[in-house]
Amino acid sequence: MLLTRTGLVLLALVVAAFLALFVGLRFAILFLVGVGFGLTLEGLRFGFAGPWKALVVRRDGRGVMAQLLAIGLTAAVALPLLAAAPGELMGAHAPVGAAMIAGAFVFGACMQIVMGCGSGTLVNAGSGNALGALALLFFIVGSFLGTLHLAWWTNLASLPVLTLSGLLGAEGALAATLAGLAAVAVVVGLRAEKGARLPQGRLFLAAALLAALAILNLVVAGQPWGIVYGLGLWGAKVATAAGADLSQTAFWAGPGNAERLASSILTDVTSLTNLGLVAGAFIAARWRRVMDPPPARPAARLVGGIVVAALLMGYASRLAFGCNVGAFFSGIATGSLHGWAWFAAAFAGSILGVRLLAWLQAAPRRAAGLEPAR
Amino acid sequence: MPQRRTVGLALIAAIALLVALDIGASRPLDPFRAPPPAALGSGAAPSGAHCAAAPG
Repeated sequence: MLLTRTGLVLLALVVAAFLALFVGLRFAILFLVGVGFGLTLEGLRFGFAGPWKALVVRRDGRGVMAQLLAIGLTAAVALPLLAAAPGELMGAHAPVGAAMIAGAFVFGACMQIVMGCGSGTLVNAGSGNALGALALLFFIVGSFLGTLHLAWWTNLASLPVLTLSGLLGAEGALAATLAGLAAVAVVVGLRAEKGARLPQGRLFLAAALLAALAILNLVVAGQPWGIVYGLGLWGAKVATAAGADLSQTAFWAGPGNAERLASSILTDVTSLTNLGLVAGAFIAARWRRVMDPPPARPAARLVGGIVVAALLMGYASRLAFGCNVGAFFSGIATGSLHGWAWFAAAFAGSILGVRLLAWLQAAPRRAAGLEPAR
Repeated sequence: MPQRRTVGLALIAAIALLVALDIGASRPLDPFRAPPPAALGSGAAPSGAHCAAAPG
Protein backbone atom coordinates (compact mmCIF):
# COMPACT_ATOMS: atom_id res chain seq x y z
CA MET A 1 0.00 0.00 0.00
CA LEU A 2 2.74 2.46 1.00
CA LEU A 3 4.47 1.86 -2.31
CA THR A 4 1.51 2.92 -4.42
CA ARG A 5 1.71 6.29 -6.15
CA THR A 6 -0.58 8.05 -3.70
CA GLY A 7 1.09 6.34 -0.75
CA LEU A 8 4.54 7.51 -1.78
CA VAL A 9 3.45 11.10 -2.24
CA LEU A 10 1.64 11.02 1.11
CA LEU A 11 4.75 9.62 2.76
CA ALA A 12 6.85 12.50 1.43
CA LEU A 13 4.27 14.97 2.72
CA VAL A 14 4.28 13.27 6.14
CA VAL A 15 8.07 13.68 6.29
CA ALA A 16 7.67 17.35 5.33
CA ALA A 17 5.00 17.81 8.02
CA PHE A 18 7.32 16.22 10.59
CA LEU A 19 10.08 18.63 9.56
CA ALA A 20 7.74 21.62 9.72
CA LEU A 21 6.54 20.70 13.21
CA PHE A 22 9.73 19.49 14.85
CA VAL A 23 12.55 21.24 12.96
CA GLY A 24 11.19 24.33 11.23
CA LEU A 25 9.16 25.38 8.23
CA ARG A 26 12.23 26.41 6.21
CA PHE A 27 13.63 22.89 6.48
CA ALA A 28 10.34 21.33 5.41
CA ILE A 29 10.25 23.55 2.34
CA LEU A 30 13.82 22.64 1.45
CA PHE A 31 13.04 18.93 1.73
CA LEU A 32 10.13 19.42 -0.66
CA VAL A 33 12.37 21.40 -3.02
CA GLY A 34 14.70 18.40 -2.98
CA VAL A 35 11.78 16.08 -3.74
CA GLY A 36 10.99 18.35 -6.68
CA PHE A 37 14.57 18.07 -7.93
CA GLY A 38 14.39 14.27 -7.70
CA LEU A 39 11.02 14.06 -9.43
CA THR A 40 12.22 16.34 -12.23
CA LEU A 41 15.59 14.69 -12.79
CA GLU A 42 14.32 11.09 -12.68
CA GLY A 43 10.81 11.66 -13.96
CA LEU A 44 11.84 13.73 -16.98
CA ARG A 45 15.22 12.01 -17.39
CA PHE A 46 17.25 15.18 -17.17
CA GLY A 47 20.92 14.57 -16.47
CA PHE A 48 24.38 16.06 -16.68
CA ALA A 49 26.92 13.26 -17.23
CA GLY A 50 24.83 11.44 -19.84
CA PRO A 51 24.27 14.45 -22.12
CA TRP A 52 27.97 15.33 -22.01
CA LYS A 53 28.76 11.81 -23.15
CA ALA A 54 26.04 11.98 -25.80
CA LEU A 55 27.58 15.17 -27.20
CA VAL A 56 31.06 13.64 -27.31
CA VAL A 57 30.15 10.18 -28.59
CA ARG A 58 26.95 10.59 -30.63
CA ARG A 59 27.07 14.31 -31.42
CA ASP A 60 23.74 14.69 -29.63
CA GLY A 61 23.59 18.16 -28.09
CA ARG A 62 20.01 18.20 -26.88
CA GLY A 63 20.73 17.40 -23.23
CA VAL A 64 23.55 19.95 -22.98
CA MET A 65 21.33 22.60 -24.60
CA ALA A 66 18.73 21.89 -21.89
CA GLN A 67 21.39 22.31 -19.20
CA LEU A 68 22.42 25.68 -20.65
CA LEU A 69 18.77 26.76 -20.77
CA ALA A 70 18.21 25.76 -17.12
CA ILE A 71 21.31 27.66 -16.00
CA GLY A 72 20.35 30.72 -18.06
CA LEU A 73 16.82 30.80 -16.66
CA THR A 74 18.18 30.49 -13.14
CA ALA A 75 20.76 33.22 -13.71
CA ALA A 76 18.12 35.58 -15.11
CA VAL A 77 16.42 35.61 -11.70
CA ALA A 78 19.23 34.71 -9.31
CA LEU A 79 21.69 37.42 -10.32
CA PRO A 80 19.22 40.31 -9.85
CA LEU A 81 18.09 38.76 -6.56
CA LEU A 82 21.65 38.50 -5.29
CA ALA A 83 22.24 42.14 -6.23
CA ALA A 84 19.03 43.24 -4.48
CA ALA A 85 19.58 41.31 -1.25
CA PRO A 86 23.32 40.87 -0.72
CA GLY A 87 22.94 40.60 3.04
CA GLU A 88 20.37 37.82 2.87
CA LEU A 89 21.43 35.74 -0.13
CA MET A 90 24.81 34.44 -1.22
CA GLY A 91 26.04 32.93 -4.46
CA ALA A 92 28.14 29.82 -5.08
CA HIS A 93 31.33 31.83 -5.29
CA ALA A 94 34.75 30.19 -5.03
CA PRO A 95 38.29 30.91 -6.19
CA VAL A 96 39.77 29.56 -9.39
CA GLY A 97 42.93 27.66 -8.56
CA ALA A 98 45.21 24.83 -9.65
CA ALA A 99 43.62 22.29 -7.31
CA MET A 100 40.16 23.52 -8.26
CA ILE A 101 40.81 22.99 -11.96
CA ALA A 102 42.49 19.62 -11.41
CA GLY A 103 39.62 18.56 -9.16
CA ALA A 104 37.05 19.48 -11.79
CA PHE A 105 39.00 17.54 -14.45
CA VAL A 106 39.13 14.43 -12.26
CA PHE A 107 35.45 14.84 -11.37
CA GLY A 108 34.51 15.05 -15.04
CA ALA A 109 36.47 11.90 -15.86
CA CYS A 110 35.12 9.96 -12.90
CA MET A 111 31.47 10.94 -13.43
CA GLN A 112 31.58 9.21 -16.81
CA ILE A 113 32.93 6.01 -15.24
CA VAL A 114 30.36 6.17 -12.42
CA MET A 115 27.71 7.02 -15.04
CA GLY A 116 26.36 9.75 -12.79
CA CYS A 117 27.48 13.15 -11.51
CA GLY A 118 26.70 14.63 -8.08
CA SER A 119 22.96 14.82 -8.57
CA GLY A 120 23.05 11.84 -10.95
CA THR A 121 24.54 9.55 -8.33
CA LEU A 122 21.79 10.48 -5.88
CA VAL A 123 19.14 9.96 -8.57
CA ASN A 124 20.59 6.64 -9.68
CA ALA A 125 20.74 5.39 -6.11
CA GLY A 126 17.27 6.65 -5.22
CA SER A 127 15.75 5.08 -8.30
CA GLY A 128 17.10 1.72 -7.21
CA ASN A 129 20.22 1.28 -9.30
CA ALA A 130 22.50 -0.99 -7.26
CA LEU A 131 25.70 0.35 -8.80
CA GLY A 132 24.41 3.88 -8.16
CA ALA A 133 23.88 3.03 -4.48
CA LEU A 134 27.40 1.60 -4.29
CA ALA A 135 28.78 4.72 -5.98
CA LEU A 136 26.89 6.95 -3.53
CA LEU A 137 28.52 5.20 -0.58
CA PHE A 138 32.01 5.81 -1.92
CA PHE A 139 31.11 9.31 -3.09
CA ILE A 140 30.24 10.11 0.53
CA VAL A 141 33.55 8.66 1.76
CA GLY A 142 35.47 10.62 -0.87
CA SER A 143 33.67 13.87 -0.08
CA PHE A 144 34.49 13.47 3.61
CA LEU A 145 38.15 12.66 2.93
CA GLY A 146 38.32 15.71 0.68
CA THR A 147 37.32 17.97 3.56
CA LEU A 148 40.29 16.74 5.59
CA HIS A 149 42.80 17.99 3.03
CA LEU A 150 40.91 20.91 1.51
CA ALA A 151 42.84 23.63 3.33
CA TRP A 152 46.15 22.22 2.05
CA TRP A 153 44.91 22.00 -1.51
CA THR A 154 43.44 25.50 -1.53
CA ASN A 155 46.78 26.93 -0.36
CA LEU A 156 48.28 25.89 -3.68
CA ALA A 157 48.21 28.38 -6.55
CA SER A 158 44.88 30.12 -6.37
CA LEU A 159 43.30 33.39 -7.45
CA PRO A 160 41.02 35.38 -5.16
CA VAL A 161 37.29 34.82 -5.51
CA LEU A 162 36.22 36.54 -8.73
CA THR A 163 32.61 37.13 -9.66
CA LEU A 164 31.09 38.66 -12.74
CA SER A 165 29.02 40.93 -10.52
CA GLY A 166 32.18 42.20 -8.89
CA LEU A 167 33.88 42.76 -12.24
CA LEU A 168 30.99 44.04 -14.34
CA GLY A 169 28.21 45.05 -11.96
CA ALA A 170 24.87 43.29 -11.61
CA GLU A 171 23.50 44.02 -15.08
CA GLY A 172 26.83 43.34 -16.74
CA ALA A 173 27.11 40.03 -14.89
CA LEU A 174 23.74 38.86 -16.22
CA ALA A 175 24.54 40.01 -19.75
CA ALA A 176 27.95 38.30 -19.66
CA THR A 177 26.51 35.09 -18.21
CA LEU A 178 23.76 34.86 -20.84
CA ALA A 179 26.24 35.73 -23.59
CA GLY A 180 28.63 33.05 -22.34
CA LEU A 181 25.87 30.44 -22.25
CA ALA A 182 24.78 31.48 -25.76
CA ALA A 183 28.36 31.13 -27.01
CA VAL A 184 28.57 27.62 -25.56
CA ALA A 185 25.22 26.81 -27.17
CA VAL A 186 26.61 27.86 -30.54
CA VAL A 187 29.61 25.56 -30.09
CA VAL A 188 27.32 22.71 -29.01
CA GLY A 189 25.10 23.40 -32.03
CA LEU A 190 28.08 23.22 -34.37
CA ARG A 191 29.23 19.96 -32.79
CA ALA A 192 25.80 18.31 -32.74
CA GLU A 193 24.27 16.46 -35.66
CA LYS A 194 21.33 18.01 -37.46
CA GLY A 195 18.17 17.02 -35.61
CA ALA A 196 20.02 16.60 -32.32
CA ARG A 197 20.37 20.25 -31.39
CA LEU A 198 17.08 21.43 -29.92
CA PRO A 199 15.96 19.72 -26.70
CA GLN A 200 12.85 17.57 -26.69
CA GLY A 201 9.73 18.90 -24.96
CA ARG A 202 10.36 16.99 -21.76
CA LEU A 203 13.83 18.56 -21.49
CA PHE A 204 12.40 22.07 -21.99
CA LEU A 205 9.95 21.33 -19.19
CA ALA A 206 12.68 19.88 -16.99
CA ALA A 207 14.93 22.90 -17.55
CA ALA A 208 12.12 25.27 -16.55
CA LEU A 209 11.25 23.21 -13.47
CA LEU A 210 14.89 22.92 -12.38
CA ALA A 211 15.34 26.68 -12.74
CA ALA A 212 12.19 27.35 -10.70
CA LEU A 213 13.32 24.93 -7.98
CA ALA A 214 16.87 26.33 -7.95
CA ILE A 215 15.50 29.87 -7.51
CA LEU A 216 13.19 28.68 -4.74
CA ASN A 217 16.20 27.01 -3.11
CA LEU A 218 18.06 30.33 -3.20
CA VAL A 219 15.13 32.33 -1.84
CA VAL A 220 14.40 29.91 1.00
CA ALA A 221 17.89 28.78 1.99
CA GLY A 222 19.70 31.99 1.18
CA GLN A 223 22.21 30.03 -0.86
CA PRO A 224 22.16 28.18 -4.19
CA TRP A 225 21.48 24.49 -4.78
CA GLY A 226 24.36 22.27 -3.74
CA ILE A 227 25.06 18.59 -3.25
CA VAL A 228 28.55 17.82 -2.05
CA TYR A 229 28.66 19.61 1.29
CA GLY A 230 25.83 17.48 2.61
CA LEU A 231 27.48 14.24 1.55
CA GLY A 232 30.76 15.21 3.21
CA LEU A 233 28.80 16.09 6.34
CA TRP A 234 27.17 12.65 6.37
CA GLY A 235 30.63 11.08 6.17
CA ALA A 236 31.84 13.31 9.00
CA LYS A 237 28.85 12.30 11.12
CA VAL A 238 29.64 8.61 10.66
CA ALA A 239 33.34 9.20 11.38
CA THR A 240 32.45 11.08 14.55
CA ALA A 241 30.09 8.33 15.65
CA ALA A 242 32.93 5.86 15.09
CA GLY A 243 35.10 7.83 17.51
CA ALA A 244 37.03 10.22 15.24
CA ASP A 245 37.85 13.64 16.74
CA LEU A 246 37.34 16.06 13.88
CA SER A 247 37.76 19.14 16.06
CA GLN A 248 41.47 18.97 15.30
CA THR A 249 40.98 19.25 11.55
CA ALA A 250 41.12 22.65 9.88
CA PHE A 251 37.85 22.16 8.02
CA TRP A 252 35.63 20.82 10.76
CA ALA A 253 37.14 23.10 13.42
CA GLY A 254 35.86 26.12 11.46
CA PRO A 255 32.91 27.75 13.27
CA GLY A 256 30.35 27.16 10.52
CA ASN A 257 31.32 23.57 9.90
CA ALA A 258 31.61 22.77 13.62
CA GLU A 259 28.10 24.13 14.03
CA ARG A 260 26.82 21.87 11.24
CA LEU A 261 28.60 18.88 12.76
CA ALA A 262 27.04 19.50 16.17
CA SER A 263 23.57 20.06 14.74
CA SER A 264 21.19 17.57 13.21
CA ILE A 265 21.43 16.70 9.53
CA LEU A 266 17.83 17.86 9.37
CA THR A 267 18.98 21.47 9.85
CA ASP A 268 21.58 21.33 7.06
CA VAL A 269 20.43 22.88 3.81
CA THR A 270 22.22 20.64 1.32
CA SER A 271 21.52 17.50 3.35
CA LEU A 272 17.80 18.23 3.22
CA THR A 273 17.71 18.79 -0.52
CA ASN A 274 19.83 15.65 -0.96
CA LEU A 275 17.39 13.63 1.16
CA GLY A 276 14.49 15.02 -0.81
CA LEU A 277 16.26 14.32 -4.08
CA VAL A 278 16.71 10.64 -3.22
CA ALA A 279 13.08 10.42 -2.13
CA GLY A 280 11.89 12.18 -5.27
CA ALA A 281 13.91 9.90 -7.52
CA PHE A 282 12.47 6.85 -5.74
CA ILE A 283 8.93 8.17 -6.13
CA ALA A 284 9.46 8.98 -9.82
CA ALA A 285 10.94 5.55 -10.51
CA ARG A 286 8.00 3.84 -8.77
CA TRP A 287 5.57 6.21 -10.44
CA ARG A 288 6.85 5.31 -13.87
CA ARG A 289 6.95 1.71 -12.67
CA VAL A 290 10.52 1.26 -13.74
CA MET A 291 10.60 -2.49 -13.91
CA ASP A 292 13.85 -3.07 -15.70
CA PRO A 293 14.75 -6.72 -15.83
CA PRO A 294 17.46 -7.52 -13.29
CA PRO A 295 20.66 -6.50 -15.06
CA ALA A 296 23.35 -9.04 -15.69
CA ARG A 297 25.96 -9.22 -13.00
CA PRO A 298 28.54 -6.57 -13.92
CA ALA A 299 32.13 -7.54 -14.37
CA ALA A 300 34.29 -7.18 -11.27
CA ARG A 301 36.57 -4.88 -13.21
CA LEU A 302 33.72 -2.48 -13.93
CA VAL A 303 32.51 -2.57 -10.32
CA GLY A 304 36.04 -1.91 -9.10
CA GLY A 305 36.35 0.97 -11.54
CA ILE A 306 33.10 2.50 -10.31
CA VAL A 307 34.16 2.21 -6.66
CA VAL A 308 37.51 3.90 -7.28
CA ALA A 309 35.96 6.55 -9.53
CA ALA A 310 33.21 7.35 -7.01
CA LEU A 311 35.78 7.76 -4.26
CA LEU A 312 37.88 10.05 -6.44
CA MET A 313 34.79 11.91 -7.59
CA GLY A 314 33.82 12.73 -4.01
CA TYR A 315 37.34 13.82 -3.13
CA ALA A 316 37.76 15.86 -6.30
CA SER A 317 34.43 17.59 -5.86
CA ARG A 318 35.69 19.11 -2.61
CA LEU A 319 38.85 20.41 -4.27
CA ALA A 320 36.78 21.78 -7.15
CA PHE A 321 34.45 23.66 -4.78
CA GLY A 322 31.47 21.71 -5.97
CA CYS A 323 30.13 19.22 -8.47
CA ASN A 324 27.99 19.69 -11.56
CA VAL A 325 25.37 21.28 -9.31
CA GLY A 326 27.28 23.40 -6.79
CA ALA A 327 29.97 24.59 -9.23
CA PHE A 328 28.65 24.21 -12.78
CA PHE A 329 24.94 24.92 -12.37
CA SER A 330 24.92 27.19 -9.31
CA GLY A 331 28.37 28.69 -9.83
CA ILE A 332 27.61 29.92 -13.34
CA ALA A 333 24.04 30.90 -12.46
CA THR A 334 25.26 33.11 -9.62
CA GLY A 335 28.13 34.69 -11.55
CA SER A 336 31.17 32.87 -10.17
CA LEU A 337 34.12 32.57 -12.54
CA HIS A 338 34.99 29.24 -10.93
CA GLY A 339 31.80 27.83 -12.43
CA TRP A 340 33.09 28.50 -15.95
CA ALA A 341 36.55 27.14 -15.13
CA TRP A 342 34.88 24.07 -13.63
CA PHE A 343 32.83 23.54 -16.80
CA ALA A 344 35.87 23.68 -19.10
CA ALA A 345 38.01 21.42 -16.94
CA ALA A 346 35.26 18.90 -16.18
CA PHE A 347 34.25 18.64 -19.84
CA ALA A 348 37.86 17.91 -20.81
CA GLY A 349 37.97 15.29 -18.07
CA SER A 350 34.70 13.88 -19.30
CA ILE A 351 36.21 13.16 -22.72
CA LEU A 352 38.89 11.09 -21.00
CA GLY A 353 36.29 9.45 -18.77
CA VAL A 354 34.19 8.32 -21.73
CA ARG A 355 37.22 6.48 -23.11
CA LEU A 356 38.09 4.98 -19.74
CA LEU A 357 34.54 3.67 -19.32
CA ALA A 358 34.58 2.14 -22.80
CA TRP A 359 37.82 0.39 -21.89
CA LEU A 360 36.38 -0.88 -18.60
CA GLN A 361 33.25 -2.18 -20.31
CA ALA A 362 34.99 -3.67 -23.33
CA ALA A 363 37.69 -5.60 -21.52
CA PRO A 364 35.43 -8.44 -20.26
CA ARG A 365 33.80 -8.74 -23.70
CA ARG A 366 37.17 -9.08 -25.35
CA ALA A 367 38.19 -11.68 -22.77
CA ALA A 368 35.02 -13.62 -23.63
CA GLY A 369 35.81 -13.38 -27.32
CA LEU A 370 32.73 -11.28 -28.04
CA GLU A 371 34.58 -8.54 -29.85
CA PRO A 372 38.06 -8.14 -31.21
CA ALA A 373 40.66 -6.24 -29.28
CA ARG A 374 41.58 -2.85 -30.71
CA MET B 1 21.63 -8.09 -9.08
CA PRO B 2 18.76 -7.10 -6.75
CA GLN B 3 15.54 -5.55 -7.98
CA ARG B 4 15.40 -1.76 -8.24
CA ARG B 5 12.63 -1.45 -5.68
CA THR B 6 14.62 -3.47 -3.15
CA VAL B 7 17.70 -1.33 -3.65
CA GLY B 8 15.74 1.92 -3.41
CA LEU B 9 13.97 0.82 -0.24
CA ALA B 10 17.23 -0.40 1.32
CA LEU B 11 18.88 2.93 0.57
CA ILE B 12 16.02 4.94 2.05
CA ALA B 13 16.03 2.70 5.13
CA ALA B 14 19.79 3.21 5.55
CA ILE B 15 19.42 6.98 5.25
CA ALA B 16 16.50 6.96 7.71
CA LEU B 17 18.67 5.03 10.18
CA LEU B 18 21.49 7.55 9.75
CA VAL B 19 19.10 10.44 10.37
CA ALA B 20 17.57 8.74 13.43
CA LEU B 21 20.96 8.00 14.99
CA ASP B 22 22.10 11.52 14.18
CA ILE B 23 19.08 13.07 15.89
CA GLY B 24 20.02 11.16 19.03
CA ALA B 25 23.65 12.27 18.89
CA SER B 26 23.20 15.91 17.84
CA ARG B 27 21.98 19.05 19.55
CA PRO B 28 18.23 18.70 20.23
CA LEU B 29 15.90 19.95 17.52
CA ASP B 30 14.12 23.17 18.45
CA PRO B 31 11.53 24.46 15.98
CA PHE B 32 11.09 27.61 18.07
CA ARG B 33 14.67 28.63 17.25
CA ALA B 34 14.33 27.84 13.57
CA PRO B 35 15.13 30.58 11.06
CA PRO B 36 12.27 32.33 9.21
CA PRO B 37 10.69 30.26 6.42
CA ALA B 38 12.56 32.17 3.70
CA ALA B 39 15.97 33.80 3.79
CA LEU B 40 14.90 36.50 1.33
CA GLY B 41 13.26 39.24 3.34
CA SER B 42 14.38 37.84 6.67
CA GLY B 43 17.01 40.48 7.31
CA ALA B 44 19.41 37.75 8.41
CA ALA B 45 22.64 36.69 6.74
CA PRO B 46 22.64 33.20 5.22
CA SER B 47 23.94 30.70 7.76
CA GLY B 48 23.96 27.46 5.78
CA ALA B 49 27.04 25.73 4.45
CA HIS B 50 27.82 25.26 0.76
CA CYS B 51 30.43 23.30 -1.15
CA ALA B 52 31.65 26.51 -2.80
CA ALA B 53 32.48 28.10 0.55
CA ALA B 54 36.11 28.40 1.63
CA PRO B 55 37.29 25.85 4.21
CA GLY B 56 36.80 26.89 7.82
